[in-house]
Amino acid sequence: MTCDIILCGVGGQGGLSVSVVIARAAMASGFLVKQSEIHGMSQRGGQVLANLRISDKEIFSPTIPKGKADIIFAFEPLEALRYLSWLSVERGTVVAATTPIRNIPSYPDIESVLAEIRKLPRARLIDADSLAKQAGNVRSANLVLVGAAADLLSVPPEAIEKEIVALFSRKGEAVVQANLKAFEYGRSIQHG
Amino acid sequence: MAELVLSGDEAVAQAALDAGLSGGFAYPGTPSTEIMEYLQEYLGDKRAGAGDADGGAETGSVLEVRTAPRVAQWCANEKTAYESALGVSFAGKRAMVSMKHVGLNVAMDPFTNSALVRIHGGLVVVVADDPGMHSSQDEQDSRLLADFARVPCFEPSDQQEAYDMTRLAFDYSEEHEVPVLVRLTTRLAHARALVKTAPARDVPARGKCTDPYSWILMPEMARRRWLALLDKQAIFRVDAEAASRLVLGSKELGVITCGLARAYYKENEDEWARAHGGERPSHLHIGRYPMGAEKIRALVAHVERVLVIEEGYPFIERDLRGIFGAPVPVAGKMTGEIPLAGELSADSVRLALGLQAREGSAVAGIEVPGRPPQFCQGCPHADSITALKKALEGEAEFFTASDIGCYTLSALPPWNAVESCVDMGASVGMARGAASVGQKHAIGVIGDSTFYHSGMTNLIDAVRYRTPMTLLILDNGTTGMTGAQPTISGTSQLPKLLEGLGVEKEHIRVLEAHKRALDMNVAAIREEIAYDSVSVIVMVRECIEWLKKARKS
Repeated sequence: MTCDIILCGVGGQGGLSVSVVIARAAMASGFLVKQSEIHGMSQRGGQVLANLRISDKEIFSPTIPKGKADIIFAFEPLEALRYLSWLSVERGTVVAATTPIRNIPSYPDIESVLAEIRKLPRARLIDADSLAKQAGNVRSANLVLVGAAADLLSVPPEAIEKEIVALFSRKGEAVVQANLKAFEYGRSIQHG
Repeated sequence: MAELVLSGDEAVAQAALDAGLSGGFAYPGTPSTEIMEYLQEYLGDKRAGAGDADGGAETGSVLEVRTAPRVAQWCANEKTAYESALGVSFAGKRAMVSMKHVGLNVAMDPFTNSALVRIHGGLVVVVADDPGMHSSQDEQDSRLLADFARVPCFEPSDQQEAYDMTRLAFDYSEEHEVPVLVRLTTRLAHARALVKTAPARDVPARGKCTDPYSWILMPEMARRRWLALLDKQAIFRVDAEAASRLVLGSKELGVITCGLARAYYKENEDEWARAHGGERPSHLHIGRYPMGAEKIRALVAHVERVLVIEEGYPFIERDLRGIFGAPVPVAGKMTGEIPLAGELSADSVRLALGLQAREGSAVAGIEVPGRPPQFCQGCPHADSITALKKALEGEAEFFTASDIGCYTLSALPPWNAVESCVDMGASVGMARGAASVGQKHAIGVIGDSTFYHSGMTNLIDAVRYRTPMTLLILDNGTTGMTGAQPTISGTSQLPKLLEGLGVEKEHIRVLEAHKRALDMNVAAIREEIAYDSVSVIVMVRECIEWLKKARKS
C-alpha cells in the first residue's frame, strides 16, 4: 500500500498542520511515513506545499514524483490547479475547499477555477468554511477536508481522531471538540 | 534507543544532544533554523513537538536556553556563533554551530582558520544548503567550502544518517582534532521520517586545552599546523572510502550518488531494473569527503558508462572527469543530463536514467497565476515602506538599497520600493558607497536583526566619512522571515548603540511604524534625506508573526 498526498494552500492558512495529523495516525497504524514541507520565504502569504508519503514499504524520495499523487488536498481552490501534474491520472482525487483567497491581483474568476476542478474524473469540492463554522471553529476547515477524503486514506478514522485530540489538547476542550466535529462533518459528506 | 519522527534538522539536533553537546550556537537562516529551535525546546523541556498548529517545528523561540551544563543560544551572526563554538572546544566541551549555506560565508574566517587549530572538544559545523533557492540568494554548495578549508565533510542521505553522522562527527572531530562539517540540503533538513536514536552519552568534560601553541596561529605555529592538517588528508580519504557503499550490478550503467540524490535514484531504480531485464545499475554512494578513489575506480572498471547524481555543484563529477577525462563516458550536470541549476527531484533523475517522463493529470485550462510571498496582514514593514515611498514621491533621484529580510518583499509589486538585495548588511554599505560618489538620496533599508548581524560596521564607515545617506532600520524586534526569533538586542538599545557608533543624536529618529503615524513619518524621512550627513530612522513596531506566536504560548 502506498498513498502519496499533496497538501497545498496559502501561507498563513495553517493548512500544513493536518499533514502532521495524518502522518502520525498513519504511523500509529503501522505505516512508514515521509513528510516534506518548505519553510521560510514562501510562508508569508505565498503558495505553500507539503508532501506526505505513506507506505508499507521503504519510502525514498521525500517529494512525490509527477503523476503519482493519490490525493491533492487543496485548502484553497486555485492552489489545487497548480499541482495537477502531480496527480495520478488513473487514481488521483482532488479534495478542494471552495473558498478562494484572493490576495493576488490576477486571481481568476472563481467559477472557472471550480469548473476546472469539476472537470477532473475524481474531484470533491467542499464548502469547508461553512462546515467548519457549523462545527464551532472556522480554523478547523482543513480537517473538514481530511474527513471528506477519510475513505481514501487507508488509515482508520479512529487513529486520525486520536491524533486530532493529541494535537489540540493543549488548546482546550472546546477546540478539540470543534476539530473532531469538523472531521466528522467532512466524513458525513456523500460523494456522487 | 528510541524511535522518533524527526526532520533532518531535528535529527542533527537530537544527535548533538545525545553526543553530549555542551554549547549550541546559531543565527537563524532557512533551512537550518529548526536545529537551534529543537535544541532550545529540548533543553527548555518545552517541546511542543511537531504538532504546533501552524506548521511543525517553527515554534517561537527565545534567545537562550541554559540548562546546566548545556547552553543553546542565538547569536548576532554566524561568525560570532562560530567563535563561541571554538571557545567551547578550547574549554574541552562539545560544540555545534549551525547555519544556512550563505551563513558560512560570514563565518568563513573562523571556519578556515579553525581547520588549523588543535580542536579539543568536538566541533561540528552544520550547514544547510538551499539548492533551488527556496529562501536564499544563491545555491552555493558547502562541500566546496569544506574542501577549501581541508575539513572533512559528512553528507547524510536521509534523516537516519543525519542523526548517525552527526553523532559520529563529534567523535571524529575529537579523534582527528579538526572541525567536521555536516552538509544538509533543504529537502533533507525539512522532511520528516522515522529515526532510531542511540542512548545518550554523558556530557564530556576533558578540561581546557593544555597546548595553547596549537591554537595560536602566528606564522611560525600556523605553518606547522597547516602541515599537520595536510597530513591528515590521507586519513580522511581512507575513512571516507571505507564509509562509501559500492554495489556492483549491471555493466551497462554505473550510478554515483551522494546526499539526497540517493533517494531520488532509489525512487527510480526498480523501474530501471524492470526495463533492463531485472538487473540493477551498479551503484556507488559517497557520504563523506574528501572522497576516496578506489571504489570509483572499481565501479568505472566494471561499467560502460557512469551517471553522477549530486545535489548542488558537480563536485564529484568534476573530480571524476579531471583534465585528462574519465576512461568511460560520464554523464551528469556538466553534460546536461542532470540540470546544473535548481534542486534534484525524482523526476529529473528519472529522465537522466533514460526512463520516460511520467504523465500527470492534464494541466488546467485556465492560467494559474503565481502567488508570491507577501507582507502579513498588518505587518509594520508595510507601513514603513508606504511612508518611504510617499517621502520619495516627486524626487527625481534616489537609490533605495535593501537587505535580507521580510522587507525585501517590498521589491515586488505593488510596492516596487527597493532596488537592491545582495547580502546581509549590504544595504548600508551600498547606500554609503553610492552616496560617496555623488548618488543623491541614498537610502538603506534594513531590519534590526540584519543590522546587528552585519549592518553596524558599515555604519561606522559612513559616520567616519560623514557620508550623506539615510538608514531606515525597520525594528520589529525579531528575525521574522525564519519564524520570529528574537533579535539579539532589544529595541530600546538601538538609539544608544547608534549614538555610540557616532551618529548625531539629532539625526537618530525613532518613529512608530504604523499607518496612524504616516504623515509624521513621511515628514521625518523627508527631513532626514535632506540632511547632508548620516541620519538613521528607526521604525519601531513588533512583528505580527511574533505577536501571533506570543499569544499562542
